[in-house]
Parts: sequence; structure tokens; C-alpha cells
Amino acid sequence: MKLIKRGVYSVLALVGLTFLCISSVAYAKTPSNTLVMAKSISDLITLDPAEVFELTGGEVICNIYDRVMMFEAEDLTKLVGGVAESYKISGNGKTVTFKIRSGQKFHSGNPVTASDVEFSLRRVVHLKKTPSFILTQFGWDKDNVDKLIKATGPMTVSVTNNSDFSAGLLLNALSAGVGSVVDKKVVMSHEKNGDMGYEWLKTNSAGSGPFSLKTWKANELVVLEANPEHRHGKPKMKRVILRHVAEPAAQRLLVEKGDVDMARNLTPDQIKGLKGKKGIVIDNNAKAGSVYMATNNTHPILGNADVRKAIRYVVDYEGMANSFLAGQYKVHQSFWPGGLWASLENNPFKQDLTKAKSLVSKAGHGKGFKIVIDTLTTAPFPEIAQSVQQSLSKIGVEAEIILSEGKTLWPKYRARKHELIIARWSPDYVDPHSNADAFAHNPDNRQEAKLTGKPAWRTSWDDKGITALTEAAARELDLVKREQMYLDLQRQFQQTAPFTFMFQSSEQLVRQDRVKGFVSGANFDLVFYRLVSK
Amino acid sequence: MGLKTPLGLEGMVNKSFPPPIVGQLFRLFSSLILTFIGLTAITFIIGRVMPADPVLAIVGDRASREVYDAMYLQMGLDKPLIQQYLIYISNVVQGDFGKSIMTARDVLDDLIRFFPATLELATIATLIGVFIGVPMGVGAAVYQGQWFDHLVRVIGLFGYSVPIFWLGMVALLIFYGWLDVLPGPGRIEVFYDGVVNPVTGIILIDSALQEEWEVFWNAVDHLILPSTILATFALAYIARMTRSFMLDQLNQEYVLTARVKGLKESSVIWGHAFRNVLVQLITIIGLTYASLLEGSVLTETIFSWPGIGQYITTSLFNADMNAVIGGTVVVGICFVGINILSDALYKLADPRARGD
Repeated sequence: MKLIKRGVYSVLALVGLTFLCISSVAYAKTPSNTLVMAKSISDLITLDPAEVFELTGGEVICNIYDRVMMFEAEDLTKLVGGVAESYKISGNGKTVTFKIRSGQKFHSGNPVTASDVEFSLRRVVHLKKTPSFILTQFGWDKDNVDKLIKATGPMTVSVTNNSDFSAGLLLNALSAGVGSVVDKKVVMSHEKNGDMGYEWLKTNSAGSGPFSLKTWKANELVVLEANPEHRHGKPKMKRVILRHVAEPAAQRLLVEKGDVDMARNLTPDQIKGLKGKKGIVIDNNAKAGSVYMATNNTHPILGNADVRKAIRYVVDYEGMANSFLAGQYKVHQSFWPGGLWASLENNPFKQDLTKAKSLVSKAGHGKGFKIVIDTLTTAPFPEIAQSVQQSLSKIGVEAEIILSEGKTLWPKYRARKHELIIARWSPDYVDPHSNADAFAHNPDNRQEAKLTGKPAWRTSWDDKGITALTEAAARELDLVKREQMYLDLQRQFQQTAPFTFMFQSSEQLVRQDRVKGFVSGANFDLVFYRLVSK
Repeated sequence: MGLKTPLGLEGMVNKSFPPPIVGQLFRLFSSLILTFIGLTAITFIIGRVMPADPVLAIVGDRASREVYDAMYLQMGLDKPLIQQYLIYISNVVQGDFGKSIMTARDVLDDLIRFFPATLELATIATLIGVFIGVPMGVGAAVYQGQWFDHLVRVIGLFGYSVPIFWLGMVALLIFYGWLDVLPGPGRIEVFYDGVVNPVTGIILIDSALQEEWEVFWNAVDHLILPSTILATFALAYIARMTRSFMLDQLNQEYVLTARVKGLKESSVIWGHAFRNVLVQLITIIGLTYASLLEGSVLTETIFSWPGIGQYITTSLFNADMNAVIGGTVVVGICFVGINILSDALYKLADPRARGD
């Protein structure tokens, strides 16, 4: 046994050595001038405001760049001038002239001028990345944009709308990420092969917002540094760090130990577990994300109007909202989220299986049928699909659930190959047209039209009346009338569309109680760090 | 592969022309090139037949048709598969692995950043596995059937069967959450980020070279949990294999002879039996090390370790094929490299394999 003893001693020695190392460092909690968040940032793939369309990216550029028009952190319900101090709309409603706020500076020290605004907006149109449609819907393309968006003086820019859309919609659109103003001199100094600085700006920053980008290490961290010259004054936090922590359980441990100030991706279970913990606060913020169900109109059975209606009565809205969705989602049955301008707050549908069954019988499918439900692998989608599957079985419909990653699911949906899909949506900018354009506008239903970005086309919903109503509402200049039109549109949509809107999301944020002033707006790209204090 | 001659002529050929070193080099290069072509071709084909759409990965699911088509053309997806592959290979030969969609950077830069993190973790884990696993296995064989043997077998079973994500979470909960003796997830405290200039990319080495001892010890602390967790698997495997190899040897007659000759027990075990086990053990350790170098997705995810396993997996989920192929090539090179290394060690340990 001598050998064993020796072995045991060596193991003990190793363990001892290990603990010697351990005792060497005391763990510092986060400093008072730095905000540290644990967040999954693997969706961050670009920081160029002409391209950003992801959650983390939208949040980061919201803090790096000031936009032409803005919903400010102090009052998220009011659209105000951002880089622009004021604007004037011409008599025919077509041309908006912006006056640029004086004294603004980019992080480089360059002054913010009309030529930067002109460059930033034109750049979005020329680069033609995914979010560019927010601007190109106003009739701008690479051939005419240089004439229609113009600096008319050192501090004035005129923007001419080349579409029927109203000026109000244009102003709202300029508050989206594509309305960010970039530093022309800096960006163009990094231009390569006529790319307008695109390759460079993907991983760097050149803005005038409250923070500038210090580091972005993919799948590791993002570090932002305060801009002391910002027009709202120096932010209280000197630094903001987003730490990539993919595992929610690890996020929970970090926030409990105080090694991060906020945990951004906790599951409902974990949040429940943290309730009442000393020093931890849970915030609930209403978000503009929706969960909806879409049936394919080309499907021989699901294309039937009565079957579509039956499906609305099948869903157990309250049952889900009060159980596994509690705290994260609430019932909301129209396409434009609640709590915003032109929201329709009524929820006319409740689970009514008798009614659903009779509607299905009326359509001639009383004997039941089989369908496939497609949805995402991430919570809560599988759970929602299961609930719908169960309810469907009660009216004789046998549903098979297929779970896929988004990268597999979206191509199927875009190719019109789904039967029933449960998916999510959030607006691209804060105007009901953003969602109406996607769900209630399908000007060309032909297969070869390939309007693949629009769910209305994907489900092959060819309703000329609804499409016309959406166009008219976007054109309307009178705000009161316009709001009424959207309310009407949503009511009609609720009854006839192949979409069943079910839930609106809310975000649960877990923070240390000493962290105050974190503002998280309804839209994904309205998250502000500049008022945070500790 | 390699230069094999008909049986019986080997000795003659080896002593004459060409000298053995040429044959070895030829073998090395041909195996490297074959591995490279095979790996890239298979990964490339898998990437193209996968249902995930690499264009959507970039433009997002709401992109209009024009945006989608422009990106499709820009990525060269309209060309025939074989042409796409040849273009890719010719770029790689020039050192251009393409850009990653997920990180917006050159794949080569990504690999240079992510691989050292895995290398650091896997090396430490293997070292722990070897220095604890081998003595454990030897001890278990020597005292077969006694309590120490049972203990080793239980540990072996544990390390082999307990899921690593569970072990990782529980270890974090205990040592970080409750006891507070070890740091939480991450490779280093965020506030130390950027203090040390990356030279090798391995924080322990870089911080030691630049004499940033505070960073060094912080990195050591952060390494303890993930490397120990990762090591449990290596340790269990190595201990089990050592035990069975040693049992084989200890039952041989030469061991009996040695004992009869009156040699000390320790020199019978370590000097005679263990020397003969060494050759097989090198292969086992090499394979274990190589498999750890692939990166452990679960350990890396739980401990927020920016390693190559996580990189390849997230890239795969996002149809980011340049990154996946780049990562796969690195893993392939590791396997080939470790094979060569264990061949060399093999020759050191076994005089018969030296071929002279």
C-alpha cells in the first residue's frame, strides 16, 4: 500500500496547490462608473446602422448614433428631433426640410453638419442592405436619391418624398436605425472599392451618440465608452460592458453574486426563483413583439375562410397567458402592439371549441383532418405549439409539430411551404404601417413576384380591399383620420386574415437595485444606457 | 499512404535510397494534403446540402427579394458547386479563409482568437488527466480488487457517465455561487480585458511574458473550474485504459521473473510493466488531447469560454460555412499534428519502432 499512499499524497498536494492559487485573488464587484450586463450577443453580426437589423445590434447602435428624428429616453411616446432640431413640411406635404441642431460633435471631434445627414441617408439607399426598405419605400433608389435627399445649406437638409406615403410616416421612419447619422469624413476615409466604408463600419463606430464603441469581440464582449461631448451632457456611466453569457443559468449566478449589474436573458423559471431576493429587482417592460399563427392560403383545407375562423376560436389564449407565458406575454389580438399610437386594444376571440367545431363542419371537414405545425425550437414556441395541438385535437384535427431553427424555418415560410406556422414579429420602426405593410399588404400575389419579405405574400393572402386600405392609411395626412383608418384596418384584419395574432411580449429585466435609469422602449432598437446611474 | 515495400525488402530499402527521412516527410505531407482536401470537400458539401440558407443568415428573414438576390450573387452561390469549391480552395491556399458572417471578420483572425482559448483549456485538462489518471490507473491495477481499485472504477464510471453540462453547472453553483472561492464564467475578469497584448493568444503565457501577474493569477483562477470539469472525462478514460493495460502486463511472465529475481516492487511496476504500457498509453493520451482540442461546446457555453467549439457550433447553426470549414480545418490539423507527435513519442518509447 506504500504506492497508494504516495499517490494519495500527490493528489492532495495538487489539490493544495489549486487552493493556493484560489486564495490569491479577491473578486471585485462591478465599479460604480461601469454598467456590466450579461447578455447573449451571438446575434450581433454588424454594427453598420445601414445594415443592423438584429436585437443586440439595434440596441448597441441606439447608444452610439443619434438619429435624425428620435424617441428620446425621457419620453418614449413623443417623436422629437434628434440630430435635427426642427423640420418644416412643404405645402404639398412632399418635402420635409430639416434644420440640423448646431454645436453637435461626432466622437472624432468633427462637427455634425447637413452634409453628414445627406450622406448617411443616401448611403442606406445605395448600400441596399436589409433595413434599407424602410427608406426605399418612399420611392428612393440609387438613381434618384442623390437628387431627392439634399443638403441645401450647411445646416439644412431637404428630403423629398417620392411616394404617396404621408410625411408623418416619413418622420417616424427616420427615427429607425437607418436614420442614424454617421460621420462622413471618418467613414469615407475607410472606403474600399466604393463600399462607402461598409466593411469598416461593420466593426467600428463613427457616430455622435452618448457612447462610442471601444471593443467588439464577437461572442465575447462589447465595450462602449461615454461620449462626454454628447448634446444631452456626459452620461453617468463611463463605460458600458455587454458580456456574452450564452447560458441563462450562468447569467443568473452572475447577477446574484453581483458580478454583473443586469442579466438580460433569464428564463421565466429563473426569474421566479429570483423574486424577493435581497438587492435584486425585476422590471417588466412592454415590448412591441408579437406571437402569431399563420395559415397557408394555398393549403386545400386551411385556405377555407371558415376553417381560418375556426382556428381563432381553437386557441386557448387565456390558458397560455396565465400559465407558462405569465409575466412574459399578454393576450393581444391585433397586428399593431398595444400601448402605442393607433393600437386596437380589444381582444374579441376566446377559446370556444363548440363554435370552432361547427365552423369546421360547415366547411365540410367535420370528419377532421391532418396538418403540420411549424415553429421555432426556442421557448415559448414549442409550448405554444403543444397547446394549439392539444386544442386542435379536441375538434378532430390531428396536428404534427415540427421544431426548427430560424435559419431552417424562415426559408420554408418564405417559400410558401408551411401549413400552419407559429412565429414572431416585431416592428421595424414605430409606425403602424411597419406591421400593416408586412401583414396587410400584398400587391402582387403571383409566385414569381417573390415578395418574400411580407408575411401577407408568404401566406398567399390576396385581399385587394385590405391592401388598398393599407395603402390609403399610409397616404393619409390627417393624423386623426389616419389613426381611425388603422383601427378599422385592424378590425377587418382580425376577422378575415390568415393570421391569428395571439400575444404581445414583455421583457423581464433583472438588475441590482442600485442600478437605476435603464430605459427599454417597446421597439428592439430603443434601449438607452445614457440615463443609467449606480 | 506512404512508401511501403513488399515484405522482406524493407530493411534493404531503408538502408539505401531514398533515406528514410524523405519517406517520412512525403508521408507527412501527403497525409496533411489528403486530410485537408477531404475535410474541406466534405464540410463544403454538407454546408451546401444543409436546409439552412446561408444568404438568409446574412440578410435576415425579412429581406426583400432584391436584397436577397444581390447577396446570393455576391456570395457566388449561382455558380456550380465544384466551381465554388475550387474558388474557395484557391483562396485558402493564398491564406484567405473568407469572412465570417457571424463576426463580420476574417475567419483566419477569428481562428487566431478562438483557438488559443481552446488550446489553453484542453492542454491543462489533458495534463490534469495524465498526471492524476495514470497513477490512478497503475494503482488500481497493482491493487486489483482492493478498495483503491474500486474507488478508481467508481471515479471512472462517474467521469464517463455524468453529463458535463450538469457537472459544470453544479460546480459553478458550489464553488462560485455558494462557497465563493472561484470566479464565475469567463476567461478573465472583464475589467482586465485589453490589459495584456495578445501575442500567442494564450492568456497565461502572454500575461507571464508581459509580467502582468495580476492578470495571470486571474486567468489561472478562471481556468480551474472549466479545466477540471473537462479533465474529469479525460481522467476517467485515461485511468480506465491505464488500468487495463497494466493488468495485461502484470500477468506476463517477465514480471514474475523480475519479482523472482528480487527486484524492488516499485521498479517491477514502473521500470518493467509500465515501460511496456507507455506505447499504448501515448496513443490514448494523444487521442484524448485531440478530441479536447476540437473544443467542448458544452463546457465552453457554460463557462462563457470563447473557444473554437462554441465558434464552430454557432457558425453551423447560422449556416456560416466559411467559419465552419475554417474551424474544421484547424481541428483536422490538430489531429494530424498529434498523430505525428505520438508517432515520434512512440519511437522514443519503443526501440523496435525506431526502424534502425
